[in-house]
Order: sequence, then C-alpha cells, then structure tokens
Amino acid sequence: MKSQFVTAALLTTVLLLSVGNSAFAEEIGDPPEPAAVVELDSGNIAWMLICSALVLMMTAPGLALFYGGLVRKKNILSVMMQCVFLMGMMTILWAVCGYSFAFGGSSPYIGGTDYLFMKGILPDGQSGDQAWANELITFVFQGMFFIITPGLICGAFAERMKFNTMCVFSALWGLLVYCPVCHWVWSGSGWLSSAGSFHAYDFAGGTVVHISSGVSALVCALLIGKRLGYGQEPMPPHNLTYTCIGTALLWVGWFGFNAGSAGAADAAAVNAFVATHLAAAAGVIAWSIMEWVKHGHPSLLGACSGAVAGLVCITPAAGAVNPMQGIILGFAAGVVCFYACTSVKNKFGYDDSLDAFGIHGIGGILGAVLTGVFATEKLGATGGFIETGSISQTMNQVISVVATAALAIVVTFILLKILDATMGLRVAQEEELRGLDVTQHGEEGYIFL
Amino acid sequence: MKKIEAIIRHFKLEEVKDALTEAGISGMTVSEVKGFGRQKGHKEQYRGAEYTVDFVPKVKMEIVVSDEDAQKAIDAILTTARTGQIGDGKIFISELSEAVRIRTGETGGESL
Repeated sequence: MKSQFVTAALLTTVLLLSVGNSAFAEEIGDPPEPAAVVELDSGNIAWMLICSALVLMMTAPGLALFYGGLVRKKNILSVMMQCVFLMGMMTILWAVCGYSFAFGGSSPYIGGTDYLFMKGILPDGQSGDQAWANELITFVFQGMFFIITPGLICGAFAERMKFNTMCVFSALWGLLVYCPVCHWVWSGSGWLSSAGSFHAYDFAGGTVVHISSGVSALVCALLIGKRLGYGQEPMPPHNLTYTCIGTALLWVGWFGFNAGSAGAADAAAVNAFVATHLAAAAGVIAWSIMEWVKHGHPSLLGACSGAVAGLVCITPAAGAVNPMQGIILGFAAGVVCFYACTSVKNKFGYDDSLDAFGIHGIGGILGAVLTGVFATEKLGATGGFIETGSISQTMNQVISVVATAALAIVVTFILLKILDATMGLRVAQEEELRGLDVTQHGEEGYIFL
Repeated sequence: MKKIEAIIRHFKLEEVKDALTEAGISGMTVSEVKGFGRQKGHKEQYRGAEYTVDFVPKVKMEIVVSDEDAQKAIDAILTTARTGQIGDGKIFISELSEAVRIRTGETGGESL
C-alpha cells in the first residue's frame, strides 16, 4: 500500500510538472541550443566518460561509506540504501524529465520540456550525424550531479526519516529546487549564467549542488526534529574506518566533479584538478590545526571533515582561481566549517546529524563568495575583487547565494509540511529505537553468529 | 582447587601467559572485557560533541589450579602484569568446589 502511494505520488508529480512546463514552453518559443557542448574529440569524450564514472563513485561507495560510518550501527544500511536508491531513482527521473527541466527551454528562470524522455538526446537514425553524442555526454555527466545532491541532504535527517517519505521528498526536491537552480546557473539562458544579467561563477556546483542541498538540509533538520536522546545519550560514529574510506573515495571522485566540469580534457580541467587537490589538502591541515589548538589533538574525523570542506569550497571556484588561491579557499573552509559544525551547531541546538549544512551549506556559501573575491581574468573569468578592486562580481556571487538559499528554504519547507501532513516525515519512536535497518529495510548491517 | 580471575592490560597478555606456562599452569581461558576501577574512563570528541566513555577495555584470564599451584600462579601474574601505573588490573581468587573434564569424566585435580 505504501509503495503504491509512493509510485502514485511520483507519477502524479511528473505528470503535473510535465503539463505545467509544456504550457510554459509554448509561451517561450523554440528549444535552446544544447548547453555545454563538448567538441567531438575522442580525448574529450574519454575524459568526460571517466569523470562521469568518478562522480557516480562519489555517491556510492563514497558518500555511502562517509555517512555510513558516522551513524550508529543500527542505521548503517538505511544510509547506504538512501544513497543506492537515489542512484536508481534520480537517474530515471533525470532521463524522464529532470534533464529537460534543468537544461531545456530558453527562459532565464525555469527549464522546458524539449528533452522529455531524452528526446533530442538520443540518435535519430540519420547516418553521419553524431551531434547527439555531445548532448548525451552532458546528459550523463550532469545526471551524476542530480543523483548526489539530494544524497547530501540525507546527512541532515539520518537515523530518523521514513524511507518512503525520503524517496518522494528527494524526487520532488530534485525537480523543484535542483532543476531550477541548475537552469539558472548552467543552462546557458539562466539569469545567473554567462548570458544572464547577474553572471555568477559556479564552475562545478558550489551553488547548484552544495548551497541548494546544504541549506535544504538545515530546513530538514529543523522540521524533522532531533534524534531521540540527542544531547542526553552518546551518539558517536560507529565506524570511522568507513568514513575515512568514504572520504578518500569522495576526494578522488571530486576530480571528476570539478575537473570534469571543464567539459573537455583541456587546460581548464588541469587547473581545476590541481586547485581541487590543493584545496582539499589545505582543508585537512586547517581543520586538524583547529582541533589541535582547541582540543589538544587532531582527529581522523576532523581531517576527513576538513578535506570535504575544502573540496566543497573550491567547487564553485575551481575554474576561476589558480591553484595557490585554491589553498586559501581550502584553508578558509577548514576553519569556518569547523566552527559551523562545532560552535554554531551546539549554540543553536539543531540536530544536523552528519553536518550536511555545516559542511556543504556553509562551505558552499563561503566558496561562492570567495570566488567573487579571487576570480582571475587569466583563466577566462571576470576578475574578482582582488584583481579589479570592484565588488560587482562578488555581489553577483552573493545574489546567487541568496536566491538559491531562498528557493531552497521555501520549497523545502513547503514540501516537508505537505509530506508531514500526508505521509509523515519520521519513523515511529519504537522504530527509531530499534534502528532503521531492521524497521525500514528488514535487514541488519552486522550479523555475527 | 582455586579459580583465579585476573583482569590485566591487553599488551601484557602474552607475557603473563608465558610466565604461567613456565610456572606449570596448563590451561587458561581468556576473554576481552570492559570495565573500570580507579583508572576510570576517558573522553572522546567527534566534531565538537564530547562523550565520556566509562568502560576501559581489558583482558580477563580465568585459570583453575590446585591449591598448591595457586600462589605460583598469582606470583607469576603479579610480576609480569605490573607496570606500576593506575589500570594494571586485579586478581580475584575463589574456592572452586568441583571441576570435570568432559572427555573422560575425571573430576577434581585430575581434571586440570
């Protein structure tokens, strides 16, 4: 019965959105040119295929292990299942309508229906016409981002959200938050893209991926409430070994995320690759130093957290700053996110279980703003504050942060309120105490005979 | 017969086992345990959240010996398990009413 409801809800949403966007597409006219076209070159194609695989690796095993190690052992499978299920569900959603809503249409604000069911992306049978291959690479590469972004939010409501509600929420969130923001920034006609009036740099997803998911994660944490016993009983990570392996996989996968966002195997990709690596390294050092000073010793979890914070922060800037500036961004992220995940969270008392907001939200916002400060014309970007002395690019970055956060907050809030009234957000107390592995999925992560 | 239960540090296990073997003790049962005495626990921190862990991991050895061998066994444990620091552990000695070797049905000192 539950599954029927989930299926019906998903299909209804897809149909409603399709109808709505069909009407909209008729108003705005012809389909746009395909975005981010990759030149048909075997080197570029090879590179983009590898990058697509690397980004998929970030969700599972990367994020699955990173988050899985941080929860209690009775909930490890629930976290991994969320990651794996999103790989399936978001991929199909991307093919059916997500890609179209993100990259179709020529409106500055919302995508269109041009590519529904991959229309125009698949070969049409005409011999000698290989143009579709470019679009298909964009489709699959961008699809990996569509998968991991709602996966990041799972860190905020880990250990207590109903699985069926999580599925519906992620699908709707993807279509109503991710796709519009993606369209604004990357579609080519979006109001935050290079053709728009407020061009904000977001090389690989600081705004589209991290701010949108991080801010939504905070809304989720606030609305779903704290875990039972939060603050009263210990909830330490059950296996930091997994978290370390997950971090390492995320770090490697991030090369596909950021360097792949160059769209080709070129100089921009090399710059993004190196800047990404240096920022992650600086993040490790910064968070570890903070712990050394504040707590007397650096922890593995701290080093892992610092690496991810640095990676998040460099993401919007990877193609607009040089690698040495990447170190500054990574270092800044390590310090700022450390305070966000320790002092700020404790002060306000919200249970962002795995620090999705503290690292992705805060790190993403920091990276977006610092991109406006450090961007350099030498790499083809509009010069930032340091290079030009003008704050116009920084202001554009701030506008993109505020707009993305506003959309994410409003839509996430409304979605969760509706889902709370219809499906319920949270598992029953008894189920939460027994753990989500058994109660939501009927299996155990660890069976020792 | 006496039953000797010794709670000792992990890294002392091999040394204590060798000393007991040398003293002619022919068998023992070892298990991983957690507990606390004067050593107390320790604090752990995960992203700013501090947890007090009360129970310290130790090794428990269980040995059953004849009355004559008991003091030798206790001396062997005392000399090899000691570091002089808090947390060296304890030895508990109790009277044992009977022991039976399952394979043969032997009882008392014959079963050891």
